[in-house]
Amino acid sequence: MADVAGVKAEDRIAVASNWRLVWWRFRRHHLAMVSAGLLIFLYLIVLAPDFFSTQDPERTDARQAFIPVQTVRLFDDGKLSPWVPAIVGKRNPVTLRMEWTVDQQRKVPVKFFASGYRYKVLGLFTSDLHLLVPADPQQRVFLLGSDRLGRDQWSRIMHGTQTSMTVGLVAVLLSVILGVLLGGISGYVGGKTDSVIQRLIELLQSVPTIPIWLALSAALPRDWTPIQVFFAITVILSLVGWTTLGREVRGRFLALREEDFVLAARLAGCSRMRIIVRHMVPTFTSHIIATSSLAIPVMIINETSLSFLGLGIRPPAISWGVLLQEAQNIQTLALAPWLLIPGLVVIVAVLAFNLVGDGLRDAADPYGH
Amino acid sequence: MALYILQRLMLLPLLMLVYSFVIFVIIQAPPGDFLTAYVATLASSGSSMSAEQVEALRQQYGLDQPMIVQYWLWLKHLFKGDFGLSLEYQRPNADLIGEQLGLTLALALFSFVLTWALAIPAGIYSATHPRSLIDHALTVINYIGVATPNFMLALILMWGAFAYFDISVTGLFSPEYADAPWSVARVLDLLAHIWLPALVLGIAGTARLSRIMRANLLDELNKPYVVTARAKGMKEWRLVLRYPVRLAFNPLISTIGWYLPALFSGSLIVATVMNLPNIGPLLLRALVNQDMYLAGGILLIYSFLTVLGTLLSDILLALVDPRIRVES
Repeated sequence: MADVAGVKAEDRIAVASNWRLVWWRFRRHHLAMVSAGLLIFLYLIVLAPDFFSTQDPERTDARQAFIPVQTVRLFDDGKLSPWVPAIVGKRNPVTLRMEWTVDQQRKVPVKFFASGYRYKVLGLFTSDLHLLVPADPQQRVFLLGSDRLGRDQWSRIMHGTQTSMTVGLVAVLLSVILGVLLGGISGYVGGKTDSVIQRLIELLQSVPTIPIWLALSAALPRDWTPIQVFFAITVILSLVGWTTLGREVRGRFLALREEDFVLAARLAGCSRMRIIVRHMVPTFTSHIIATSSLAIPVMIINETSLSFLGLGIRPPAISWGVLLQEAQNIQTLALAPWLLIPGLVVIVAVLAFNLVGDGLRDAADPYGH
Repeated sequence: MALYILQRLMLLPLLMLVYSFVIFVIIQAPPGDFLTAYVATLASSGSSMSAEQVEALRQQYGLDQPMIVQYWLWLKHLFKGDFGLSLEYQRPNADLIGEQLGLTLALALFSFVLTWALAIPAGIYSATHPRSLIDHALTVINYIGVATPNFMLALILMWGAFAYFDISVTGLFSPEYADAPWSVARVLDLLAHIWLPALVLGIAGTARLSRIMRANLLDELNKPYVVTARAKGMKEWRLVLRYPVRLAFNPLISTIGWYLPALFSGSLIVATVMNLPNIGPLLLRALVNQDMYLAGGILLIYSFLTVLGTLLSDILLALVDPRIRVES
């Protein structure tokens, strides 16, 4: 009977499509699967950051600055009734600074899936449903503490996730379009076109990236809206990003041009465009996907670094880098170490992208195992 | 070989010309020119400039002329070693850059040496002991190292040192040596400070490099010549170091071309966070304050270092790999 099962499995592999094979191989990487789940969750936040926020990310209150982390407890006296410990402030008579302590005795009840402030989802419809809000609307809870202006860090991270994850995705999308287009032309046409594009790639690749990016961002007009700045930054990041992919695509085209199936297609009378789109590109689509999933984290790190230095995404827009600007001062950091949490979010997201990318690369390579 | 190097060297001025033009266009882009910003700065600080003085400066920099003429004038000044005047510091840009260039180079090169000194032995150990505890630990460090932005690592280290040990790890010198003239004691003080920023700067590269070394060496270790040498009774460590390591080394040299420039640009961020005397923070300030000729000068230096790094790796690669020489 075991033999029959083996034959069945072999049949299954023989008739499976390429994408199915990639999926089967990818599924074997447990870390990559877990990371993929995490990324899906992060992109859910991108779709509706307000749903996950507990309060308006721009709401300030100078009297509630530097409030420490309040952890959610699910059970009260063995019953399911979520609460967070209250925070009591006392002004230090010497430094005149507010000092906050967590009072485990006083409980602030919170509710899941309840209504809070109104918001728009993707500019389409309004809602006031939130994942978690305090039961008393007058109360404010700070799940990840508050910053120097008393803004809620948890809600701000949710909105920063939207910006940072989108920057990475859009910048890579632009790079892929540029890379496949120019790399494809370079590899397929060859000759003078090829050498011009190759020199351009070499020139761009030996640019001192961070200084030039900074100079370009500094040249953006001051009166641009956050949306304009956002798109300008993604374009700036993808200016260099496309070159690696362009090179790889060119290499593939050069190798494939001489293959028998391309010759067969040509003899069968296919047009040049059809040969490229229907016959050549599908042979390395999975490879492009794997490469670009490894490029997204690089873009995220770059955006975060630029914004951290004050020349990327600009406030009032929120990104992970903008949030980390609050953590620039070491004295502040010693007082409020939770301001480093956005950095941990960056590390986790980048790690997840890298693991998924590695998993995809291994899965997309049919000769790997 | 000499011909190859000559060819590459001849390309250098051409590349720099292209870069200088691109840089000029970028620093020109913000609205208003250098002189209007300068006059505004003077006015805000209470002093002022006569109309004749402004006019004289305008003529000197050719600000009343089209951009291409301005570029030409800038280039002409550059050839004489004149990088212009910084409006913020009221000093020649060449002096400002010159003061910090040495330490900028020192940081990048020190980081480079540290990276290789750590990565190569780690890579060799991982390849000869695959799936050992240290190998797995290095894999984890690699993933985290690549995922951590440089500035984040610097922040965490500085915060940890400040919060738990109450020491400040910023700067490259102790206060007593900060402005002292160069002496043996000052160099020692520099060495005592430079390793931490160098490590922060190089950690991601170290991790990646050791992984590449491991992969290359693993490929080599299965080859028949290794088995032959082992069968002949050669001592294991001597065998590994003598043949496969040397072969596994070659692809690494080609990475110098992108790694060295990445160090120069990366040092900008680390230097800004850790407050190091470096042209990076100088550039950042110049960009924010629209001190355009200072920014242009520093961008030019960065480009030059980058081109030089690429050139260095090309020459090194040609030296160790005869195939490249033949092709050219």
